[in-house]
Amino acid sequence: MYRLGIDVGGTNTDAVVMHDRDVLAGVKAATTEDVTSGVLEALEQVLAKSGVERGKIANVMIGTTHFTNAVIERKHISPVAAIRLGLPATACLPPMVDWPEDLREAAGDLGYLVRGGYEFDGREIAPLDEDEIDRIAEDIAAKKIGSASISSVFSPINRKMEVAARDRLLKKCPELQVVLSSDIGRIGLLERESAAIMNASLLALSERTVDAFGSALKSTGLHCPFFITQNDGTLMDAAMVKRFPVLTFASGPTNSMRGAAFLTGIKNGIVVDIGGTTTDVGALQHGFPRQAATVVDIGGVRTNFRMPDVFSIGLGGGSLVRRGRDGAVTVGPQSVGYRITKEALVFGGETLTATDVAVALGEADIGDKSKVAGIEADMARGARAAITAMLEAAVERSRISPEPLPVIAVGGGSILMPDRLGDLDVLRPENFAVANAVGAAIAQISGEVDRIYSLENGLTRESCLKQAEEEATKKAIGAGASAATIEVIEREDVPLAYLPGNATRIHVKVVGEMGGGDAVAA
Amino acid sequence: MLSRPDRLWTLSEAEIEALEIGSAILGTGGGGNPYIGKLRARQALRDGHQLRIIRMEDLPDDAKVVSLGGIGAPLISFERIKEGREGLRCLRALEERLGFKADAIACEEIGGQNAMEPLITASFAGLPVVDGDGMGRAFPEMQMTTYAIYGHRSTPSVMCDPHGNVVIFDHAISEKWHERMARACVISQGGASTLASAPMSGAFVKRFSIPNSYTKAIALGRAVIAARQRHDDPVAAICAMENGRVAFTGKITDLKRHLKGGFVTGEALIEGFDTCSGQTASVLIQNENLVFKRDGVVEIAVPDLIIILDIDTGNAITTEMLRYGQRIAVVALPCHPLLRTPEALEVVGPKGFGFDDIAYRPMAADEPATGSAS
Repeated sequence: MYRLGIDVGGTNTDAVVMHDRDVLAGVKAATTEDVTSGVLEALEQVLAKSGVERGKIANVMIGTTHFTNAVIERKHISPVAAIRLGLPATACLPPMVDWPEDLREAAGDLGYLVRGGYEFDGREIAPLDEDEIDRIAEDIAAKKIGSASISSVFSPINRKMEVAARDRLLKKCPELQVVLSSDIGRIGLLERESAAIMNASLLALSERTVDAFGSALKSTGLHCPFFITQNDGTLMDAAMVKRFPVLTFASGPTNSMRGAAFLTGIKNGIVVDIGGTTTDVGALQHGFPRQAATVVDIGGVRTNFRMPDVFSIGLGGGSLVRRGRDGAVTVGPQSVGYRITKEALVFGGETLTATDVAVALGEADIGDKSKVAGIEADMARGARAAITAMLEAAVERSRISPEPLPVIAVGGGSILMPDRLGDLDVLRPENFAVANAVGAAIAQISGEVDRIYSLENGLTRESCLKQAEEEATKKAIGAGASAATIEVIEREDVPLAYLPGNATRIHVKVVGEMGGGDAVAA
Repeated sequence: MLSRPDRLWTLSEAEIEALEIGSAILGTGGGGNPYIGKLRARQALRDGHQLRIIRMEDLPDDAKVVSLGGIGAPLISFERIKEGREGLRCLRALEERLGFKADAIACEEIGGQNAMEPLITASFAGLPVVDGDGMGRAFPEMQMTTYAIYGHRSTPSVMCDPHGNVVIFDHAISEKWHERMARACVISQGGASTLASAPMSGAFVKRFSIPNSYTKAIALGRAVIAARQRHDDPVAAICAMENGRVAFTGKITDLKRHLKGGFVTGEALIEGFDTCSGQTASVLIQNENLVFKRDGVVEIAVPDLIIILDIDTGNAITTEMLRYGQRIAVVALPCHPLLRTPEALEVVGPKGFGFDDIAYRPMAADEPATGSAS
C-alpha cells in the first residue's frame, strides 16, 4: 500500500511517499502564505521523485501547524457564544477570564452563565435552565454568531446536560455549529472550556482549510481519503478535523518524534530534532512521545491538552558562532534561521554558523567547502565542544532512566550531532530531514478514557482499568482503527484525596493501525 | 476599629502573581494549586475591591479575628469553581450566630489554594487580612494549625457551599472531632466548601500565628520571578530567601501511591544527578511531602518544609502532579519555631502522621527562635 505524508511547518512543507514501511521519496518545499500552493508544490515534487502512480496512493496524512498559528497570530478567529452550565457554582470566574485581551476580543468576548452542571458524584448542581438557553439562542440569532461552545461542570463524568443544551440551542439556531467541552478536554473546567471556545472559534477556518487541502489533493490527481494528525500522533479524518481543529495543536513535535521512532524501529529512546534555530528534545516511550504532565499554554491561554514533553534549546544549523570576551567560543541562541542559505559562509554569506563549523571539521559536506578553509582550528574545535556540551545537557535532561537509551537525530540540522553523546549511541536514520512527514504518514488511530471511578461495591482498580480499556478500544475502533492492532499506550490511575468511596481518576489510551483493507502492513 | 488604616498594605496584581508562586512553594506538595484563587483575587481587584494586609504589630489586642479557608478536595475546586461569596456568607453567618463584628481575617494555611481565600473574602467584607497564618505551610487537617495547637477552640464554626447552604458546627468536643465532622459535611456539599472558625483575639493571633506569611510568600514568588528574568537559578533563590538548602537534585524514577483513610499516601523515589549522582532518595507523601530520605536514611521530616520543585522553572510540583521522569530539586526549609515545640510536634511532627519510628531532628535547631511565642 502506498501512503503519502505531508508536514506543513512554519518554514518548510515536507512530503514523503511510503510503500508499506519503506520511504520511497522525500522532499522539502517552502511553506507559502496560502498554505495550499506550498502543499501542491511538495505533492508534485514527491510524486515525481517517487515515480508512483497517483491512483495507487491509498491514503494521505497531513500534519499542520496552521490552527496553532491562527491562535498565536490571532488570525481567522471567529466570534463564539461561550455558554457555561454550572450556576450557582462557578459564578465568580466567567468564561475566558484568563485569556489575553486581544484573543478574547477576537473570539467575541461573549460569555453566558446558566444554571446547570453536575457535582463530582453525579448529582445535579441545578437542573438545566432551558428558558435561559432559549434566551441565549435568541441573542445568538440576533448577533448572527456562527458558533457556540458549551461547557458543563463535571461533563467528563456526565455529558447529558451539554447534549441537552446543544439540542435546545439548535431548535432555534439550526445553522449554529456547537462544540461540547466533553468532546475535547478532561477535568479542569477553565482549561477544558477554553479549549472548547478556541475550537469553536476555529471552525470556520478549519472548514476552509480542510476543503483547501482536499481540493489541492484532487487537483494533483489524488482521490484517496486524507487524514490529519493530532497532538498524540494519531489520525483524524477530514470530517473530524472540521469539528475539532484544536486537536492538531501540538502535532508538529509529535510527528517528528513518531517519525524518528519509525525510521529507526526504536520504541524507547531520546529524539533530538535539530532545525535551523532551535533543537527540540523529547523522550519516546513505547514509540510515542512522553506527555507533559502540566497544563499547556497556547497563544497565552491555559489548556489541558496532552502535549509531548519537549524541551527546546537555542541551537540549530543557523546558530551564530562567536568568541566571547573571555575567549570562550559560544554557539547560539541567535541564529540566521531560514536565511542560512544566504548568510552562512558555505553558502557565500558572511556569518559564521554552526553549519560552517560542521563543514570545516569535515563532518558535513554542504555548500562550498573552500569558504570555510580560513576558520581557525581552535575556533572550530571550541564551537564543536560547545555544541556537543549543549546537546549532551539537553539529552541528559530528557533521559528518564539510567538505561543507555539510544539517541535519534532528525531534522535538517542533525549534521551537528556527534556520533556519540556521553555514554549514549547516536543514530541518524536515512530520510532524517523529513522525519516529520514520515511521522504523519505512519500515524495511527486512538481512543481515550479519562474518568473518576468509585472503587467500592466490589469494583477494583483492575476491573475499572479494564472497563476503561474496553471503552477506549471501542472508541478507537469507532474512529477507524483495526481491532487486531489495538494496544494500550497509556494507563494511569491517581487516587483522589478527601473523596469518599476510594475515588480514583483513571486515564487509559489505546492506539491501533488504520483499519479496513488499506490497513498499514505490520 | 483599626487605628492605623494608613499602615495597611494594599496588594497589587503583580503581588497576587507572586503570591501564587510563593504559596505553591509553601504548599510543600499539598494545599492545591492556587491558580483559581489567584484569578478570583485578581477579579476582586479588577471589580474595585481592595486586598489589604495588616501587619501583625498593628493588630489591636482586642481585635476579633476570624480565620477561614477552603476545605475539600483540590481537584473539585478546579472543576466545580466556587460561586465566589461562600467565604463572605460564612463570615456573616458566624457574626450573626455569635453577635459580633469581625475586625480582620486570618489565614488558616498560607501553602497552596488557601492563601487566596482569606484575601478574597476580606476584600468583599472591607476587612484586612493579618500577615500571618496557622501553618506557615500546608497541612492536611484543620487541627494542625498553630491556632488549634495552642488552645483556640475553632467552634462554633460555619461551612458554606456554592448553593447557599449554611452549616453551623455549634460545638466540637475536640479539634479532631471538628475536622472529622467537617470532612463528612464537605462531601454532602459537593466535595469543596469554605469554612470560617470562631473568632480569635488580636492578642492570641499575634502570639500564635506563624508571622509574616504573606510577606514571605510574596517575597518567595518575587525571588523566583526575578531569578527567571535574570536567567539565574530559581531554586537557589528560594533557598537563599528562606535559609533553606537544596537537599537533592535528581529524576523521579518511581511513584507509589495508594489511598489510606481518605488520604493519598505514597512515596516518590528519586535517582540523583549532578552533585547527587550515584545517590538515591525518596520523599514520603501524605497529601504533602512529609519525610525526605537519602539512601534510605531519614534526613528531614515534617514539620520542616520539604518542597519538590521543577529544577528549571522553580515551580512547585504538587504531589498529584508528580510524574515518572520529572527532573526535580528537593528543597528543605526550616519550619517556624512555633511548629517545633513538644505540643506542636505531637500534632504536626512525624508521629502526628503515623511515622512512629521517625524522631524529628530539626534542620535548624540552633537557629534562634524568632517567633512571638518565645
